[in-house]
Amino acid sequence: MSDTPSISRDDVAHLARLARIDLPPESLDHYAEQLGVILGAVAQVSEVAAADVPATSHPMPLVNVFREDVVRPSLTNAEALSGAPSVEAERFRVPRILDEE
Amino acid sequence: MSTASTDLTRLTAADTAAKVAGGEVSAVEVATAHLDRIAAVDDRVHAFLHVDRDGALAAASAVDTARAAGETLSPLAGVPLALKDVLTQKGIPTTCGSRILEGWRPPYDATVTARLKAAGVVILGKTNMDEFAMGSSTEHSAYGPTHNPWDLERIPGGSGGGSAAAVASFEAPLAIGTDTGGSIRQPAAVTGTVGVKPTYGAVSRYGLVALASSLDQAGPCARTVLDTALLHSVIAGHDPMDSTSLDVPVPDVVGAALRGDVKGVRIGIVKEIGGEGFQAGVRQRFDEAVEILTGLGAEVVEVSAPHFPYALAAYYLILPSECSSNLAKFDGVRFGLRVGEDDGNPSIEQVMGRTRAAGFGDEVIRRIMLGTYALSAGYYDAYYGSAQKVRTLIQRDFAAAFEQVDVLISPTAPTTAFKLGEKLDDPLAMYLNDVATIPANLAGTPGMSLPIGLAPEDGLPVGLQIMAPAMADDRLYNVGAALEAALLDRWGHPILEEAPAL
Amino acid sequence: MGSPDPRGGSGAVSTQTTEKVLPYDEVVARFDPVLGLEVHVELGTVTKMFCGCPTEFGAAPNTQVCPVCLGLPGALPAVNAVAVESAIRIGLALNCSIAEWCRFARKNYFYPDMPKNFQTSQYDEPIAYDGYLDVEVETDEGMTTFRVEIERAHMEEDTGKTSHQGGATGRIHGADYSLVDYNRAGIPLIEIVTKPVAGTGKYAPEVARAYVTALREVLRGLGVSDVKMEQGSLRCDANVSLRPSPESPLGTRTETKNVNSLRSVERAVRYEMTRQAAILADGGRIVQETRHWHEDTGITTSGREKSDAEDYRYFPEPDLVPIAPSREWVEQLRATLPENPAVRQARLKAAWGITDFEMASVVNAGALDLVEQTVAAGADQGAARKWWTGELARIANERGAEVADLPITPADVARVEALIGEGALNDKLARQVIEGVLAGEGRPDDVVASRALAVVSDDGPLLAAIDDALAAQPDVADKIRGGKAAAAGAIVGAVMKATRGQADAGRVRALLLERLGVTEE
Repeated sequence: MSDTPSISRDDVAHLARLARIDLPPESLDHYAEQLGVILGAVAQVSEVAAADVPATSHPMPLVNVFREDVVRPSLTNAEALSGAPSVEAERFRVPRILDEE
Repeated sequence: MSTASTDLTRLTAADTAAKVAGGEVSAVEVATAHLDRIAAVDDRVHAFLHVDRDGALAAASAVDTARAAGETLSPLAGVPLALKDVLTQKGIPTTCGSRILEGWRPPYDATVTARLKAAGVVILGKTNMDEFAMGSSTEHSAYGPTHNPWDLERIPGGSGGGSAAAVASFEAPLAIGTDTGGSIRQPAAVTGTVGVKPTYGAVSRYGLVALASSLDQAGPCARTVLDTALLHSVIAGHDPMDSTSLDVPVPDVVGAALRGDVKGVRIGIVKEIGGEGFQAGVRQRFDEAVEILTGLGAEVVEVSAPHFPYALAAYYLILPSECSSNLAKFDGVRFGLRVGEDDGNPSIEQVMGRTRAAGFGDEVIRRIMLGTYALSAGYYDAYYGSAQKVRTLIQRDFAAAFEQVDVLISPTAPTTAFKLGEKLDDPLAMYLNDVATIPANLAGTPGMSLPIGLAPEDGLPVGLQIMAPAMADDRLYNVGAALEAALLDRWGHPILEEAPAL
Repeated sequence: MGSPDPRGGSGAVSTQTTEKVLPYDEVVARFDPVLGLEVHVELGTVTKMFCGCPTEFGAAPNTQVCPVCLGLPGALPAVNAVAVESAIRIGLALNCSIAEWCRFARKNYFYPDMPKNFQTSQYDEPIAYDGYLDVEVETDEGMTTFRVEIERAHMEEDTGKTSHQGGATGRIHGADYSLVDYNRAGIPLIEIVTKPVAGTGKYAPEVARAYVTALREVLRGLGVSDVKMEQGSLRCDANVSLRPSPESPLGTRTETKNVNSLRSVERAVRYEMTRQAAILADGGRIVQETRHWHEDTGITTSGREKSDAEDYRYFPEPDLVPIAPSREWVEQLRATLPENPAVRQARLKAAWGITDFEMASVVNAGALDLVEQTVAAGADQGAARKWWTGELARIANERGAEVADLPITPADVARVEALIGEGALNDKLARQVIEGVLAGEGRPDDVVASRALAVVSDDGPLLAAIDDALAAQPDVADKIRGGKAAAAGAIVGAVMKATRGQADAGRVRALLLERLGVTEE
C-alpha cells in the first residue's frame, strides 16, 4: 500500500468550501477521519498506473457524435420555472450574489 | 376476487402480457391487483417512494382501449412496472432518494420512461433507493430504508433496493434499475431476482439523474430471465439525446433467453473474484452452479483478470470525482430544496452551502468531498488520472479473458443480505459489496445476476453474475436462461416461492 | 483562461477610486508592454451548443430553455455540429492546427448564472491551436505589420444573465437579490486566446485594437457570428503587463474585462499601461487580478484577485464523446473559407486605386464589406467610401452602433448615388434621403417620393419662383440687369429657399440670367 494521505480538519473545510457544502464545524474531524481511511484504501491505484498506460475517460470508444443545428421545442416559461424555489418576473430569484468571489 | 388478484401478481411479465393481449384479463385488472398488493405489503417492504395509482390505471385503461380497438399491442403492453426514482417521469415526483429533491416534479420524461410509456408498460410508481444511488443497502435513502422481502430485518441491496424488493415481493413483475457499480445486480442477488446491467450506452441515460456519467447504466429487473430480456428490448436502443448512446442494433436478447443453450459455450470463472471475504454458502451455491453449467455442456475454465483487485479503488475515485461535479447543480436555484434564506441576510453562496448541507445525506457528502479532493490541482494525476489508467487495465483484462471464453462468471456479491444497520458506519465495509460487480462498470461491459439458490447457513438468496463482452448482452440471456431452467428443474418451483409470505 | 462572462457590467465595485497614472510617453520610454488578448465570440448558430433551444437575442426571459440548458437533473448535452464546424473554420482562418482528437472538459465552479455549476468547455485539448493573425498599424515608419500569435481557439458555452434588484443602479454590489434568465445559457462560444504579444512597444494599444478589428473581420467574413460588441456577441478581455525591457522576464499581468468596443480595447490597454507604470515607477508591485473597464470614465478598477485557491477541478466531460475531425472533413471545411482578409484587402486596394491609409480607414470603420457591396451595386468606389466612412460612420458612432448595424443597405447607398448622378438629387437632398431611410421611411425612392425631395427639374415652377424673387428684390434685379451677374447669388438663394432646396442651383442661375437677358462674363 502506498503512503496513506492524511486529511486534516482544514483540508476538509477547504473541500467543503469548494463543494459549497456548509458543514457544521463539529463534523469536520469525523469527515477528516473517514476520508483519510478511504483515500488510504484507494491510493493503491497508483501501484499499477504506469506512465505507459493510457487513461480511459469513456468506456466506449465513440467519437464525433453530433447533433444537427435544428431547433427543438423549448420548455414554456411556466415549465421552466415550475420547480424553482423562488420566482419573480418570469425569472429565477436568488438571494444577493456576493461580489465576484 | 382477492385470490384472482394474488394470482395476477404471481404471473410472469410474459404471461401477463399474453393474457392481456389475448383478452383473458384486462390491463386495468392487472394494474389494480398490483396496486392492491402494494397497498397490502408496502408499509412493511417500503419499496415505493411514490405510487401513481391514477396514472397507472389511466395507462392500463389506454392499453385496454387500444386492444378493444384492435390495435397490435407491444410485447409488454399492460404489464406493471416499478420505476427507480432516479429516472424522470413528467409531473411525477422524482427524488433520487434525496431530501434535496423532495417535491420536485420534472417537466420531462427520461427516454427510458418515454419508451416504457410508448410500449404500453404500466408505471405503478417510483421506487426507493440509496440517495443518488450511492450505496449497497438502500439505507442511505432520505426516506427510510427498504426491507428485504426474504427477511424484513435485512437490506434489499442497493442502490436499487426498492426496485428489487418490489419485484421480489410481487408488487410488480418488472422494474427499472440503474447500475453504476452493481446497483441492479447486487440487489437482484440478495432478493432472489434477476437483474441486468446492459452494455454501457445500450440504454439511454437521458433523464437518468447522473451519479457517475461514465459508469451509470439503466437496466431491467424481473423475476425470470425471459421477462428481463423482454424489458431489456423495450428500453434499449439508440437515443440522440444521449451522446454516449450506442448507434448499433440491440442484440436479440429475447431470442437468446428463449434459446438457453450452453452446449459448447466457453465459460470462464474469474480467479480474482470469489475467494477471501466471500461467504461459505455463496461459494457453495456458486460451485454447484458451475457443476450444472458443466453438466449442460459448457466448457468451464478458470481465467485470470489480474487487475480486478484494483477495480474497487479505481471505482471509488472515478465515481466520487464525477459525482462531485454531477451533483453541483443541486444548489437551490432552479429546482428542489432551498434552506437558510431567512437567517440574516444571507448571500446566494451561503444559501447554496446551507441547502447542500441540509439536502444531502452523509454518504453523498462523503463522496462529493472525496471527488472534490481527487480532482483538485496537485492530486488529479495521482488519483483520478491513475484511476483512469486502472480502467484501461481492467478493459484489457476483459479483452484478454474474452479471447479465451465467451462469458465470465462469478458470485454477484460476497455475502447474502446483511442486517439493516450492520455496515452503516463503516463505509469501506459497505463498498466491498460491489467488489464483483464494479469491473463491468469500469469496462462498460454487460452483466447479469440471477438467483442460484439459498445459502445453507442463513436461507437467503445467492446470486451468480454472468459477464459478456460489450454489445454481446445476448450471451448473458442465453447462459442465464440455460442455468435458470436447470435450477427450476432441480427446485421444482421458482425460488421466490420459498420466500416467507408477507 | 478567462471566465466566459464579462460580469463586470454588473459585477464591478460601485466605488471607482482614481489611481495614479504615468504620462504615456514616459510609460513607453521606461517599460516594454506585453499583451494577451482573449476574445469570446458567440456563434451565430440556430441552436445552442448542447441543446436544440434557439439562440435568438431578446426573447422573453426563460423561454429559450430546456432541461439541458437549465441543467435539470437527468438532462444530457449533445454537441451542435455547426458549432464544431464553425470552430474548425475559425481555427483554419486563423492559421491554426486543428486537433486530431480533443475532448470537452468540465470547469467546476459555483455561480448562479451557470445552470450546472460547471461550464462545459475545452481545457488542455482545444480544437484549434498554434495560429496567427497579421494586423496592420500605422506607425512612424508607415503601415507596419504585427504578427499576433494565436495560442488556441476552443469551444465552450455561455452563461445565463443575472439582473440585480434593489441597491444602487442595478449593480451587484449592494443589491438585495438577483433574478436569473437562462436564455443565453448554453449559447456556443469560441474563445480565442493569443500568445503573449510582445514587440509592439508604444503601439500596444493600437495593435490590440487592430487585432480585435482584424479578428472581427475574419469572423464576419466566415459568417460564423454577428460579432456585435455592443450586444456582447464579441467580447474582449485584455491582459496587460509591463517589464523594464524586452529582455526582462514577463511582468505580472492584469486581466481587464468588460471591454465592449474597439475604441475601448485601445483605451483600456493604454490606461492599464499608464496605471501599472505608475505603480512600478514608485517601486510597487502589480497585483495579478481581474480589472473592470469603465467606458464612461475611461479607467479600470480592481475586480477580484486571482487567488491560487481557485481550483476548477477540470476533468474530461464524461457525457460527451471525443471529437476527432478527419483530415478529409478539415479539408472540406478549409475549402469553404472565404478569401483571406489580407489578400482581399490588397486586391480591393488595387482595384479601387486607393492608398494603404484609405484602405485602413475603411477596414477600421468596419465597412469593407459594405463598401464592396455598394460598389458592386453600381456606385463609384470613392462615393461609396465617402458615405460609409463619413456620414454613415458618424451616425453610427452617435448611436453607439456599428455601421453594419444601421438600417440601410449597400443597395440603398448605391441608389442614392445613382440619383445624384442622374441629377435627381443634390448632396443636401441625398443626406435627407439617407436620413429618411435610416428613420425607417422605406427605400431611397420611397423617401424621395414621400418627402417630395426630388430636384425640381421642371422649369415652370422654377421660373415662377424666380419671378417672385425678382419682384421681391427689385434692386437686386436691377443690379443683375446692369451686368453684375455676381449679384445673381441672392436671387438663386431665395429660389432655393422657396423650393426647400429641391432646385438645382445651377439650373436656377442659368434660367435667371436668361430671364434677364444677361450673359456670364
